[in-house]
Amino acid sequence: MKFNKREFLELCGLSALGVSALPLLKLRAGQVQPNPKAMVGKRWAMVINPGACTDNCRECRVACDQIHNIPHLPDPKHEVKWIWTENFENAFPGQEYQYLEASLKERAIPVLCNHCDNPPCVRVCPTQATFKNKDGIVLMDYHRCIGCRYCVAACPYGSRSFNWQDPRPFIKEINKEYPTRTRGVVEKCTFCVERLAKGQIPACVEACTGKALVFGDLEDPQSEVRQLLSAHYAIRRKSELGTGPQVYYLV
Amino acid sequence: MLEKVLSGGKKYWAWIGFLLALIGAGSLAFLYQLHFGLGVTGLSRDVSWGFYIAQFTFLVGVAASAVMVVLPYYLHHYQLFGKITILGEFLAVGACTMCLLFVVVDMGQPFRAFNVILYPTPHSVMFWDLIVLNGYLILNLVIGFTTLDAESKGIAPPRWVKPLIYLSIPWAVSIHTVTAFLYAGLPGRHMWLSAIMAARFLASAFASGPSLLVLMLLILKRATRFDAGAEPLQKLATIITYAMILNLFFVGLELFTAYYSQIPGHMASFEYLFFGLEGHGKLVPWMWTSMALAALGILLLLNPAIRRHENLLALACAAIFSATWIDKGLGLVVGGFIPSPMEKVTEYAPTAPELIISLGVYGIGFFIVTVLYKIAVGVREDLAA
Repeated sequence: MKFNKREFLELCGLSALGVSALPLLKLRAGQVQPNPKAMVGKRWAMVINPGACTDNCRECRVACDQIHNIPHLPDPKHEVKWIWTENFENAFPGQEYQYLEASLKERAIPVLCNHCDNPPCVRVCPTQATFKNKDGIVLMDYHRCIGCRYCVAACPYGSRSFNWQDPRPFIKEINKEYPTRTRGVVEKCTFCVERLAKGQIPACVEACTGKALVFGDLEDPQSEVRQLLSAHYAIRRKSELGTGPQVYYLV
Repeated sequence: MLEKVLSGGKKYWAWIGFLLALIGAGSLAFLYQLHFGLGVTGLSRDVSWGFYIAQFTFLVGVAASAVMVVLPYYLHHYQLFGKITILGEFLAVGACTMCLLFVVVDMGQPFRAFNVILYPTPHSVMFWDLIVLNGYLILNLVIGFTTLDAESKGIAPPRWVKPLIYLSIPWAVSIHTVTAFLYAGLPGRHMWLSAIMAARFLASAFASGPSLLVLMLLILKRATRFDAGAEPLQKLATIITYAMILNLFFVGLELFTAYYSQIPGHMASFEYLFFGLEGHGKLVPWMWTSMALAALGILLLLNPAIRRHENLLALACAAIFSATWIDKGLGLVVGGFIPSPMEKVTEYAPTAPELIISLGVYGIGFFIVTVLYKIAVGVREDLAA
């Protein structure tokens, strides 16, 4: 390819025009400001009081499933779940004992992503498709995920779900406010980051009839989560692994 | 040299045709998997890696084992390996390719595979694994072709290839170490969370890879005019014997720590694999078969009179190869997922599409090895003529 002087100058001129237009682009990007109503926190966390959980109530899961377009697949092996309940012995393996008080033994324990301080899923992800936000929330980029499922192997809580098939036909009613996912990517609880950005608390917390789920900023001494933790003894799932789980259970 | 691929007898073309049929069937099954999603496999929430990743893990070992012929030949000038070193390197090329393909067929979004390069992530072991595997593939391809080309012209290999050969020795160790690190650094997966994992991987690799090489050399001896000679085979048999005994010793170390400590999490996966857990024990017969084959292989190999007998040597190598394949290509990966983090037992078995896709990948690997061996053997036959 050969340039003559005229073409070269034309190209220079066009480039200069393009570069001088950059500030315009920056101005446009600057116009997207955070919602003034957004909930701002330094370290989001959840405190769960299983004792306050109403028997057979599944409102937290229903609300989460509906808002986040979570499919209901017939095969439990392919199930996608963000928040659900487990028996005490399954949620806290090794903590159960024969004479465990009946209220705990038979209690359904809500479980979800622990939004770890030191998340193994983030450490292993080969594309940074899963990452920890400044406010402590562990998030997923569904468009970057290659579906290798290394994070699923790394999560010691079984909190990650993979889309083994196209989830869309299995969503009862699609919520257009939230994206659906495609087959072949991993997903999990996001502490409702999209609702926090609009000033709303997580859907499961809002839906909980027994006020068993409390959400807040651990770095704010006045927050309800801090008040609860300073007044009660709480346990965390598999905290001995050094993951720093940020979902606390009052027992 | 490449023209050697295009001339061969009826058996050669029948074998090539068979491999192409496998590749074709595997490709069709893979299209089906792409269309539906990984739900066509037997994988689940709880057992999220299975046959594909297990084959990948096993074949990394086969690839790494090339170092067992490269090291004695180039570092210790063990001349008897001169004839077979190239075959070890070409076997590594085929094995590395299969490893990479097994990772790709296991991906939920294989079209996004290049995101790993687009967003390089040094804190992910998988990122490093892809680097070392691709590196080892290229190293062996370059070294193999360069030395073979020089040999065919009757000249010494160019000087620049020597540093690459020396580099390929620690690189071989790295591919299996990094692959072991994929598993050995995960909190909450007790069976994998073991410091001896990488050493165990290497020991089983140095037993399984050379076993396969011995079998290939015996096939070449019958099918072509290429004869490696009895001594190199005996040397390989010695390597296999030591490596397999070390491998079993390492497994014993794992079992001791788990069972003497009596820590439930450490015992659970072994319990599932060898005795069954909560009434589930699909892999129990496989694991005991693996143990029996390992014992048979070692007993045959330990006796020099037996291993000098070609057919019995083949039997011993087949036994050891199968034993390590069951151990790593089935038990290790699946066993690590059972029980689940919620301490539940979900069993796993590969489905038909999963097996056909796997056979397709093996077809590609063997196709590559066949083509490369055809070239190597052809060059040697020309030189002999």
